[in-house]
Amino acid sequence: MAQVVIRSLNKRFDEVHAVKDVNLEIRDKEFMVFVGPSGCGKTTTLRMIAGLESITSGQILIGDRVVNDLPPMDRDIAMVFQNYALYPHMSVYDNMAFGLKMRKFDREEIRRRVQEAADILGIRDYLHRKPRQLSGGQRQRVALGRAIVRHPQVFLFDEPLSNLDAKLRVQMRVELKKLHERLGTTAVYVTHDQVEAMTLGDRVVVMRDGVVQQVGEPLELYNNPVNRFVAGFLGSPAMNFAPVRVVAANGGGLRIENDGLRLLVPPDQAGRVGRYAGRELTFGIRPEDLRIATDSDPPDLTFEAIVEVVERLGSETLLDIRVGSSAMVAAVEPSAPARVRDRLRLAVNPERMHFFDPETERTV
Amino acid sequence: MSVTTAALRTPEAASRSRVKGLLEDERWLAAALLFPTMLLLGLFIAYPFVKGVMLSLTSARVGEPGDWVGLANFAKIWDDPIFRRAVWNTFWYTGVTTVFKLALGLWLAVLLNRHFRGKAFVRAFILLPFIIPTVLSTFAWKWMFDPTFSVLNWTFYKLGLITGRINWLGDPDLAMVSVMVVNIWRGVPFYAISLLAGLQTISPELHEAAAIDGARPWQRFWHVTWPLLLPVTMVVVLFSVIQTFADFQLVYVLTGGGPANATHLFATYAYQIAIGTGLLSEGAAISLAMFPVLFLVVVVQLLYIRRVETR
Ligand SMILES: Nc1ncnc2c1ncn2[C@@H]1O[C@H](COP(=O)(O)OP(=O)(O)OP(=O)(O)O)[C@@H](O)[C@H]1O
Ligand SMILES: [Mg+2]
Repeated sequence: MAQVVIRSLNKRFDEVHAVKDVNLEIRDKEFMVFVGPSGCGKTTTLRMIAGLESITSGQILIGDRVVNDLPPMDRDIAMVFQNYALYPHMSVYDNMAFGLKMRKFDREEIRRRVQEAADILGIRDYLHRKPRQLSGGQRQRVALGRAIVRHPQVFLFDEPLSNLDAKLRVQMRVELKKLHERLGTTAVYVTHDQVEAMTLGDRVVVMRDGVVQQVGEPLELYNNPVNRFVAGFLGSPAMNFAPVRVVAANGGGLRIENDGLRLLVPPDQAGRVGRYAGRELTFGIRPEDLRIATDSDPPDLTFEAIVEVVERLGSETLLDIRVGSSAMVAAVEPSAPARVRDRLRLAVNPERMHFFDPETERTV
Repeated sequence: MSVTTAALRTPEAASRSRVKGLLEDERWLAAALLFPTMLLLGLFIAYPFVKGVMLSLTSARVGEPGDWVGLANFAKIWDDPIFRRAVWNTFWYTGVTTVFKLALGLWLAVLLNRHFRGKAFVRAFILLPFIIPTVLSTFAWKWMFDPTFSVLNWTFYKLGLITGRINWLGDPDLAMVSVMVVNIWRGVPFYAISLLAGLQTISPELHEAAAIDGARPWQRFWHVTWPLLLPVTMVVVLFSVIQTFADFQLVYVLTGGGPANATHLFATYAYQIAIGTGLLSEGAAISLAMFPVLFLVVVVQLLYIRRVETR
């Protein structure tokens, strides 16, 4: 078992500065997920931990050892690749046994470990098959099996579920989680799927353009994003953003308004928002923090909207709405009596309003 | 006027649409497309082959049709020590050069598969021996092997490796070695480029996975690269063996089969007997003696390739 420490890590390809000054401590037994849009440097970071990519500057420690100059085989890690990278000419058994054979384990021990892994993953019946005779999900399990037989200090995953269909992906996600709980091996997991990140990660690292934006527990990131990027990246449907102007309210306090909104800033937020009085600000609200207003809602926490699309998902109903000149999405209860072109009043949850600086995009 | 034109056109248009209709039919289309190939194969492969077989069963000489003699020609070459030598040479020549060409070609392919500056240029450069007309490059080699003007001798002499002249093509054993060297030089590019193409189909992730699994570079080659490259290797070897076995130009230009018939191969000896001596039928018999061997090689290798591919 081991922690992974990353210090001022940089990676430059010829012109591209792919990873910029990343600092991170991944704790022992932790399941750490790297998430971010395509090209943000997740894979590159993972490959540097694996030793498949050279480090431009900075340090990586696994356990207490600096591994910068160690070849992959001496880092005591196992990796699961996006395309599985199973050896096509070897049986499932040999695929899993290969790493142990290379490390000169004795036959009996290899057999025991492969059987054990095969049992955990439910692939006992395919041990003699070739990878090409397996379905995507089965191959995925073999790839996992190849990683776990080695009992490494750290698992590295590069989008291991992205080639599976939606249903299988959910199922494997659960199994991965269980597997991690059972083995307790430190894991670094790369994905661009924010749902995977939220559900799998003990903690999540959000990256953009090679820079770490925020590190924290999933709900921490969800509820208190440090900037507009993190706020917009996590959550589906994504958070709504609208440019607003901060003005003084009649009865004291502050209001934000634009051509469709006129909302009171909750008193506990007023201090921070107050610095923007008379200026522009970006207002953010998640779809699920909007609901259809009732008569008891205070009018300065509601606004009027025109329904453009109604998506009934069963568990909830998504309304694509127009508020002044901004488009927003509201997730309301499934039975909400909304129809296209309706004019509705929606209420915001005042405890969950977000404000971002329009220039720096940081949370105010 | 217009009526006449229409009347003239109609049958033409009708025949055109009939042809079109036939070509829409897959069987006719297949036949039509295959015809040129069949014609060419028949004309340039099947006919000479049959003609050769017929020839080998007669006593034909240049300018003399000859009579039917059955297998007499084959019996005669069976007892011919030079023929036996040529058979032995051919096997030896094919075996040795194939091993070297494969080893060197593979080595080059692995090197070329890495990333380095000027990769494209080097890859193109490597192909040169393959592109230059064989006779031309072989003449260059002949100069290098020339006892008096040999650049090889000069180099070795200057390096202090030899004291006297080496008669590369004059000594029976050395001549064989020299011919093999040129064959290897000429054949390696084909191996290298074909195997390089094969290597590029192997996902680099497999090597990374193996590296993480603890395989050292040599083990990665042996456990991952080699087995995955095997089908390509077999095809390349198949082509190369056939070509080498029937090689003619190299030996003809370098030694003409000499000294003292020491470097004859099937093809050069057949040529010498048939054209040089004028014994057409006997030459044909020598050429044909090559056929069962090549046939066997092809069958064995094709079976093997199929097994590897369906594995
Ligand atoms: N071998 C390479 N040579 C040059 N640039 C590279 C190389 N590998 C990656 N890059 C660049 O580095 C940046 C980060 O790439 P990386 O593969 O880490 O992205 P990622 O976050 O994994 O994206 P994705 O979600 O699409 O897999 C990209 O801009 C990419 O173009
Ligand atoms: Mg990636």
